[in-house]
Amino acid sequence: MTLEIVGISVLWLFLFGYIIVASIDFGAGFFSAYSEIANKKHVIHQVIQRYLSPVWEVTNVFLVFFFVGMVGFFPKTAYYYGTILLVPASISIILLAIRGSYYAFSTYGIKDNKAYMFLYGMTGVFIPASLSIVLTISEGGFVRMDGGEPALLYKQLFVSPFTWSVVLLSLTSVLYISANFLTYYANAAGDDRARDLLRKYALVWSGPTILSALVIIYQLKHHNAEHYTKMMDVSWMFVVSFLFFVLSLYLLIKKRYFGWSFISLVLQYAFAFYAYGISHYPYLLYPYLTIYDSFTNRTMAVALVIAFIAGLFLLVPSLFLLLKLFLFDKKYVKGQV
Amino acid sequence: MFTYDPVLFSRILTELTLTFHIIYATIGVGVPLMIAIAQWVGIRKKDEHYILLARRWTRGFVITVAVGVVTGTAIGLQLSLLWPNFMNLAGQVISLPLFMETFAFFFEAIFLGIYLYTWDRFNDQKKHFLLLIPVAIGSSASALFITIVNAFMNTPQGFELKNGVITNIQPLVAMFTPAMPTKVAHVLTTAYMTSAFVLASIAAYHLFKGNRHPYHKKALHLTMKAALIFSLATIVVGDLSGKFLAKYQPEKLAAAEWHFETSTYAPLVLFGTLDDNKEVKNAIKIPYALSILAYNRPGAEVTGLNDIPKEEQPPLYIHYLFNLMVLIGIWLTVIAALYWAGMKKGLAFTMKKSFLMQLVLSGPLAMLAIEIGWYFTEVGRQPWILRGYMKTAEAATKSAHVDTLLVVFSLLYVVLGIASVVVLTKMFRNNPVERELEERALNQGGVSS
Ligand code: HDD
Ligand code: HEM
Ligand code: HEM
Repeated sequence: MTLEIVGISVLWLFLFGYIIVASIDFGAGFFSAYSEIANKKHVIHQVIQRYLSPVWEVTNVFLVFFFVGMVGFFPKTAYYYGTILLVPASISIILLAIRGSYYAFSTYGIKDNKAYMFLYGMTGVFIPASLSIVLTISEGGFVRMDGGEPALLYKQLFVSPFTWSVVLLSLTSVLYISANFLTYYANAAGDDRARDLLRKYALVWSGPTILSALVIIYQLKHHNAEHYTKMMDVSWMFVVSFLFFVLSLYLLIKKRYFGWSFISLVLQYAFAFYAYGISHYPYLLYPYLTIYDSFTNRTMAVALVIAFIAGLFLLVPSLFLLLKLFLFDKKYVKGQV
Repeated sequence: MFTYDPVLFSRILTELTLTFHIIYATIGVGVPLMIAIAQWVGIRKKDEHYILLARRWTRGFVITVAVGVVTGTAIGLQLSLLWPNFMNLAGQVISLPLFMETFAFFFEAIFLGIYLYTWDRFNDQKKHFLLLIPVAIGSSASALFITIVNAFMNTPQGFELKNGVITNIQPLVAMFTPAMPTKVAHVLTTAYMTSAFVLASIAAYHLFKGNRHPYHKKALHLTMKAALIFSLATIVVGDLSGKFLAKYQPEKLAAAEWHFETSTYAPLVLFGTLDDNKEVKNAIKIPYALSILAYNRPGAEVTGLNDIPKEEQPPLYIHYLFNLMVLIGIWLTVIAALYWAGMKKGLAFTMKKSFLMQLVLSGPLAMLAIEIGWYFTEVGRQPWILRGYMKTAEAATKSAHVDTLLVVFSLLYVVLGIASVVVLTKMFRNNPVERELEERALNQGGVSS
C-alpha cells in the first residue's frame, strides 16, 4: 500500500464516521423540530436532550479532523477546493454555527423559542445538502480553469439534475439513518411511543434513499462515464450493500433486534460509501487533481501517519468511555441518572 | 473609484474571525484550569462553596465552549478558503501540529461531554474531578499546537524553498522554531491569567453591588491568588518574548519601540508621537531600558528599523499596541499584588468600592490585552505571512464574493456575541447562588453555609 492510499483511507474512514454520527444528529434535530410544529412535542425531544447534547462537539470534531487531515495529506486540495468552495463552505460554516449554538443556548434559557427551534431543525437538512455539494463538484464538470486559477461554475452546478439527486440522497439518508438509530435508542430507553413514531419515520424514508441512490448511479453514467465504469468494476460491493439494506429493513418491519437493524444499516452505507470511494480513485477532483499529484512529501506523510496511530491510542479508549456512559448505560438511557 | 480587492477583504475577514475566536478560545484554555482548582480546593477543604463555584463556572463554560467550537471551525476552514496559496505551501511543512491539534480537540470534547453530564453520577467527587484533567490538558494542548503553527509563520524553518518547490522537509524542526518556546509560554500564561481575572471580575461585581456572601469572598480570594501567580509568570515570559524578538525578529521590536538607529544604550520609548522626520516627540524615555529588555545589558546593541529594507518594515502603530499591552500587564499585576497584601494584612481597602471597581474592570482589561497582544504580533509580522518566504498579499484567494461573506460573517458574530452574553447573564440571574446553596443543602440533608 502506498502512503497516498493510507492517507486517503484514513480520511475516508473519518468522513464515513462523520456521515453516520452527523446524520443521527442532523436528522434528530429535524424530527424534533417537526414534532414541535406538528404538536407531537416531547415525544422525541427527550431523546435528543439525553443523547445528542453530550456528543455534538465530538461529532463536530470528526468534520474538523477530516478537513485538517485533507490539507495535511493533500496540501494542493487547499488550493483547489479552498478556492472553489469559498461560498458553499461558508454557507456550511454559518449553518453549523446556528446548530452548534443551539445546543448551548437551548439548554439554558431559550429552550422554548420556536423560531430558534425551527432554524435548528432546518439546519439539519440544509447542512447535509450544502456539504454534499463537495462530492458533486469532485465529479468534475463544474470547475473551469481561468489561467491556472480554478473557478466554480455556479450556474451549471445549480441547474444540473445530478447536483439535485446528490442533495436528495443526502437528505433522505440523513432522515433514514437517524430515524433508524433513534428507534433503537428509544427502544433501549423503554419509550414505546417514541420508538413507534420513529420506526414509522424510518420506514417512510427507507424507500426514497434507495431510489435516489439508484438515480445517482444512473446519472453518473452520463455525467462521468469513467467513474461509472470503475463503479461497475466493484458492483459486488453495491450488491452487498443492498443485502444489508434488506436485512436492516426486515428487522425494522419485524420490530425486532433494533440494534442489529442499525448495525446492518451502517454496513449498508459502509459498503456503498467505500465502493464509491474506491471507484473515485485516484481522483480528488476530476480531471484536475489526483491523490498522487496533490500529495504532500514522504517525510510529512510518515509523520502524519505516526501521529495518527498515536492519536488513536488516545481516542479509541476515550470514545469507548463516552459510549459506555451515554449510549450503553441502561440507567442513563432511561433517564434515571 | 471602488475596486474589489480580495486580499483586503480576506484580511479583514480573517482578522474579524480570529478577534472573535480568541475571546472564547482564551476562556476555553484558562477556565478549565480554574474549575479544576476550585473543585480540588472544595474536595480538600470539604467546602460546598468551592464545589458550587466549580459547578457554576462549568455551566457558563459550556456556552463559551460552544461559541469557541463554532468560531474555531470557521477559522479552520477559512484558512484554506481565504489563504489557499499559503496553506498549499505551508501545509507541506506545518500540517503536523495542525493535525495533532484535532486530536487535542477530540480528547477535550469527549471528556468535557462526560464531565458535564456526570456531576451527580459519582458518589466520590474525586472521581468526577479526574474527568476534568483531560479537559484541561486537551484545551491547553490545542493552544500549544496552534501557537506552534503561528510561531512557524514568524520564524519558519525545517525546509528549503527553491523555485517555488519545497524540499528537505523536517516536520519536527518546523515545529520547534525559535519563536515557539516564548510564544507558547506567553499564550498559555496569559490565557490562564485572563481567565482568572475574568472570573475575579464576576466575584468582585457581586461584592461591589453589596452582596457580601462568603461564597463571593472565597471566589474572589481564590481567583485573585491565581491571577497574581499567572501575572507574575506573564511578566517573566513577556520579558523573554522581547529577548526573542531582539534576536530573531528585530524589525518587530524596532517598530514596536520606534527604535530607528541601531545603537547601544538604547532607551525604552513609552507612547509619544512621530513627526514627519520620524523624530519621536512627547514620549517618556526610560534610559537603557530597551537594551536591558532586549539583552539584559545596558550596553547591548539593538538593531534599528533603518537597517531593515523599507518594504519589509511593519506598520509603526504597533508601538502603541505594545505599550498598552505591557502597561495593562503591569497594572493588573500591581492590583493583584495589592489585593493579596491587603488580605494578608487584613486591611479594609480590599473591600472598598473604589478598589472593587478596579477588580471588576480587571477581566475586561486582561481580555483587551489579549486582543492587543495578538494585533501587535500579527501586524508586526507584516508584510509577511510566512516571514521571509511569502507575503500576505500573495497568499490570498482571488475568488469573488469575499466582500459579501465579510458582511454575512460580521452579522453572525454579532448575533453569537450578543446571544452568548444574554444567555450567560440570564442563566446566572435566574439562579442566584443563595438559592442554589439552599437547595443543595436541603437535598443533601446536611448543613452547609
Ligand atoms: C493578558 C494578556 C497579555 C499581557 C498582560 C501581556 N501580554 Fe504580551 N502578548 C499577549 C498577551 C499579553 C498575547 C496575546 O498572548 C501575545 C500575542 C501573540 C503571542 O505570542 O502572545 C503577546 C505577544 C507579546 C510579544 C510578541 C511576541 C512575538 O511576536 O513573538 C511580546 C514581546 C510580549 N507579548 C511582551 C509582553 C510583555 C513584556 C508584557 C509585560 C507585562 C506582556 N507581553 C503582557
Ligand atoms: C487568535 C488571535 C489572533 C488575532 C486576533 C490575529 C489577528 C491578526 C491580524 C490583525 C492580522 C493582520 C494584520 C494586517 O494585515 O496588517 C493577522 C494576520 C494573519 N494571522 Fe493572525 N491573529 C491571531 C492568531 C493567529 C494564529 C494562531 C494564526 C495561525 C495559525 C494566524 C494566522 C494569520 C494569517 C494567516 C494572517 C495573514 C492574513 C491577514 O493579514 O489577515 N493568526 N492576524
Ligand atoms: C492562539 C490562538 C488560538 C487558541 C488559543 C485557540 C484555542 C482554541 C480553543 C480552546 C478552542 C475550543 C475547543 C474546545 O473547547 O473544544 C478552539 C476551537 C477551535 N479552534 Fe482555535 N485557537 C486559536 C486560534 C485558532 C486558529 C488560527 C485556528 C485555525 C487553524 C483554530 C482552529 C480551531 C478549530 C477548528 C476549533 C474547533 C474545534 C472543535 O470542533 O472542537 N483556532 N480553539
